[in-house]
Amino acid sequence: MKVRVDVTLKHGVLDPQGKAVAHALVGLGFLGVRDVRVGKTIELDIDAASDAAAKENATRMATALLANQVIEDFSVTVLAA
Amino acid sequence: MRTGVVVFPGTNRERDAAMLLQRLDGKAPTMLWHTETTLPALDLVVLPGGFSYGDYLRTGAMAAHSPIMAAVRAHAARGGLVLGICNGFQILCETQLLPGILLRNNHLKFNCKFVDLRVENTRTPFTHAYAQGQVVHAPVAHGDGNYFADDATLNDLEQNHQVVFRYGHNPNGSARNIAGIINKQGNVLGLMPHLENAAEPLHGHVDGATMFASVLSKMAA
Repeated sequence: MKVRVDVTLKHGVLDPQGKAVAHALVGLGFLGVRDVRVGKTIELDIDAASDAAAKENATRMATALLANQVIEDFSVTVLAA
Repeated sequence: MRTGVVVFPGTNRERDAAMLLQRLDGKAPTMLWHTETTLPALDLVVLPGGFSYGDYLRTGAMAAHSPIMAAVRAHAARGGLVLGICNGFQILCETQLLPGILLRNNHLKFNCKFVDLRVENTRTPFTHAYAQGQVVHAPVAHGDGNYFADDATLNDLEQNHQVVFRYGHNPNGSARNIAGIINKQGNVLGLMPHLENAAEPLHGHVDGATMFASVLSKMAA
């Protein structure tokens, strides 16, 4: 079962990488770029009996390791079987 | 003294810490590989600097789940001393033995230079041989040294005198100029600067050795 975990920085946490990307975009002529936040996508391929089980499993993985909830939020999406 | 230095894949300052401990203590620390599940009887465990697991995912995140860290957590819970330097500090935050986390430097560049540190709390096993407010010169070498925690946590740290080292000139955007903090119980210290590399005349500065002398004399007492 394919599951996607999206990890994003919480609001209020400084994202220097996003700031650098925003700066570069403006430098390339993309005017009107107000803000950029960089996160990460983690794709998992896991054994699970159902979508719900896959989601629960991935959520436990995200809580244990994939995201640090001091600074990050995450969301779990079950893709195709 | 019974000291140990933990080595993860990608750790690279374990010899710096080990050589200093040996010089000050007269005997070598036990080197501990990350796959160990138990610790020998130790007074002090050092998590040295480096780039454990290539800094993948987040700095310190993978090391925090290494087999040996369960034993280090148990050692800390028994009141055993733990010292995390640079990557070791990042690991202690990911393990939640210390609050907060180390973010990417605010300017995105790797810091490799000497900084001035102010000793903010001398009532710890690691700093009792310093004078209150003493300024120590030591090198930093990090890309992720920008200490972050929410305001409530930062206020807590200040109130409990858990901020042990503060930068004179903030090199990375660190909240409240924090360079090193100790846990509430006072036995787990994490700091970004490499005091082990400011510990003999050839280094250019020697005040870093005082932290190690402090902790070794504490254990002798």
